[in-house]
Amino acid sequence: MTRHFLVATVASAALAASLGAASAQSRDIIQIAGSSTVLPFASIVAEEFGQAFPDYKTPVVGSGGTGGGLRQFCAGVGENTIDIANASRRIRAAEVEACNAAGVSKIHEVMIGYDGIVFASSAQGADFALEPVHVFKAVAAQVPVDGKLVDNPYTKWNEIDPSLPDQPIALAIPASNHGTREVFQERVIAEGAKAAGLPELSKEELEKVTTTFRQDVVVEIAGDYTETLARLQANPDTIGVFGLSFYEQNRDTLKVATVSGITPSLEAVAAGEYPVSRPLFFYVKGEHIGVVPGIAEYVEFFLSDQMAGLGGTLETAGLIPAPAEELAEVLASFQEGRTITVEDVK
Amino acid sequence: MTSDERLGLVRAGLAARHAREWRFRFYGILAILAALSFVAILFGMILSRGLPAFTQATLTLDVHFDAAVIKVGERPTRTGNQSHAEYAKAVSDWERKMTMVNWNRLIEAAVREAAPDTKANSREILSIVETNARFELRDMLVADPTLIGKTVQVSLLASANADNWLKGNIDRALPDAQQQLREPARALADQLKAEGKIRNAFAWHIFTNVDSRSAPASAGLAGAFVGSLYMMLVVIVLAVPIGVMSAVYLEEFAPKNRFTDLIEVNINNLAAVPSIVFGLLGAAVFINYFRLPLSAPLVGGLVLSLMTLPTIIIATRSALRAVPPSLRQAALGLGASKTQTVFHHVLPVTYPGMLTATIIGVAQALGETAPLLLIGMNAFVAQVPATPLDQSSALPVQIFLWQGNENRNFFEARTSAAIIVLLGLMLTLNAIAIFLRSRLEKRT
Repeated sequence: MTRHFLVATVASAALAASLGAASAQSRDIIQIAGSSTVLPFASIVAEEFGQAFPDYKTPVVGSGGTGGGLRQFCAGVGENTIDIANASRRIRAAEVEACNAAGVSKIHEVMIGYDGIVFASSAQGADFALEPVHVFKAVAAQVPVDGKLVDNPYTKWNEIDPSLPDQPIALAIPASNHGTREVFQERVIAEGAKAAGLPELSKEELEKVTTTFRQDVVVEIAGDYTETLARLQANPDTIGVFGLSFYEQNRDTLKVATVSGITPSLEAVAAGEYPVSRPLFFYVKGEHIGVVPGIAEYVEFFLSDQMAGLGGTLETAGLIPAPAEELAEVLASFQEGRTITVEDVK
Repeated sequence: MTSDERLGLVRAGLAARHAREWRFRFYGILAILAALSFVAILFGMILSRGLPAFTQATLTLDVHFDAAVIKVGERPTRTGNQSHAEYAKAVSDWERKMTMVNWNRLIEAAVREAAPDTKANSREILSIVETNARFELRDMLVADPTLIGKTVQVSLLASANADNWLKGNIDRALPDAQQQLREPARALADQLKAEGKIRNAFAWHIFTNVDSRSAPASAGLAGAFVGSLYMMLVVIVLAVPIGVMSAVYLEEFAPKNRFTDLIEVNINNLAAVPSIVFGLLGAAVFINYFRLPLSAPLVGGLVLSLMTLPTIIIATRSALRAVPPSLRQAALGLGASKTQTVFHHVLPVTYPGMLTATIIGVAQALGETAPLLLIGMNAFVAQVPATPLDQSSALPVQIFLWQGNENRNFFEARTSAAIIVLLGLMLTLNAIAIFLRSRLEKRT
């Protein structure tokens, strides 16, 4: 019996010793993390990349939201930090500063295409024709009534505007860890606030009005879009905020609202007609290029016509392709080794 | 009071006492029935949702490996003056060229051959075949270059959307605007199904393929399964010896004083710590301090070992406590040393208990998800990990990932299928535990 215990002890000691060895072993697989909007596209490219380049391993793609991904990205340089951060918004100045402070000074920005943000409700529900001002009046904690800011009195959509359905207000919006949230605030809430006829306000007050939401009817979703979808199924009156590509895959259960009279579609976003769209990015750690094999090839493959280009694989998956010249420009600036600094994103 | 009077009093109360007892038994049975029905509902739901995912729409096509489309030369052979690196580069260039071949044209031609009168255009035809079909054809040709110019019967997976349509996972009455496949593609799928060229075949690839997002119909559990296996190995190798040794020392050798009491209380506290806390600890210690790789089963195994340790220690200690002191006294009385007593006489009796503790601990670790999310194991990994240091997923995390996939119609069933596999694994582990325990109990 004693011998068995000895064997087990030796085995565990060997395992513990491999801890030390692990840190010395070099990584040969690209590690990516970040935005859950970009994740499906990045995973598809990663898989195709693994198939097309037999000498490189298939990159690993994690999630965690744009903010979470960039935090990991800016944790420093080395084996156990990620090489690429996916982002559904541009990197912030504070994040660039954090990166630089941790020794990540070569940040390459790569724009991969566009995405639309849609308001969708249960397919059995009523039709919605939304304007940004409607959404602002539905979610803001304080709204202007007769030129004065008061606590939000609206409980049903048709109280905001008679053209909207007689349905209780309920919204599921992405939480602040999602890049989608920022676009929602900038393109919908800020626009809506302008149109709502706010009284004279200082900058701070305006900021407060456009960022403080009602807690009773607005649910912030920190998880991914399936969580938002589950909210809609639990309460069919809910209107959820989704990425266009998610809606496209679930058209059988979801009904999309028009915004400013435009029905969101690949074509409408590509043509710039649909107001709530945004570019998608990923950020590459320059310090890792050449250390972790295949990063430059991955970027070039991502931007190639067969992936991000018009009619490419990613378009089928719901990405709105950027014009060929724009992609060529992005690729050229990556190949030249252009990096971004705090000034670029201020 | 006479004895008759006393008997009368007892008899008067008897009916009420019997009724009380009967009521109590009835409530007990009700509780068991309620628990059983919950389990039945749970299993019924998972099985009814998940079982259909084990068969999948599969096309049987005669693919002609057209030499006019595959314009790649023969696989390079090593010439005398070529260095190893040069040869490897030539082969990998050749493989890349093979990948770039327009395989979709071969697939389209084969579908048109099977359904000559279809009105579907190229895009619509390809929308019913899963996108990994082209890599399957490539791999066939790479494995056997003599196939060029020949026609071979190949079975290829139908796309996830075609599978949804044929299984009725998407409402067939919905208008075109709400369907994923376009009208001609749906008609084509129905036609091929009616002619037997698409049939529901058992989806072996759930067990042999890795996860996939570009070809969702081909997504499988192989990577997650191996990842979980590595983690279990790490847990068994680390947590079991350390846990058993701690338990034996604390129970048999350690003096009973304030300090050991404190240790005991803290082990019990540790068992009650929520698993997510271990995940945070693991991320801080193993990844940030020891600089171990992200998403590696080794790190996952280490975190789960920490989580399983208290369970194993507590269960082993109670098994040791159940050994009658007379056994120890007899051994000591016959002149055995303390160590001999423990290893020769006490431990063998506790094997069944220790084994149960281990398997319960390992099964618990196998199903744990939360701590793994914090060490990056929820990443999309499209390969089977070769070592515990490679990036990998794990079975419960794979369930979580599939649950979040945007193609709800397809992955709802796939998620339940993964749950069935995980539950099957758990039940097998428990069955092994029961079997080994009964065998060991007979022996001792």
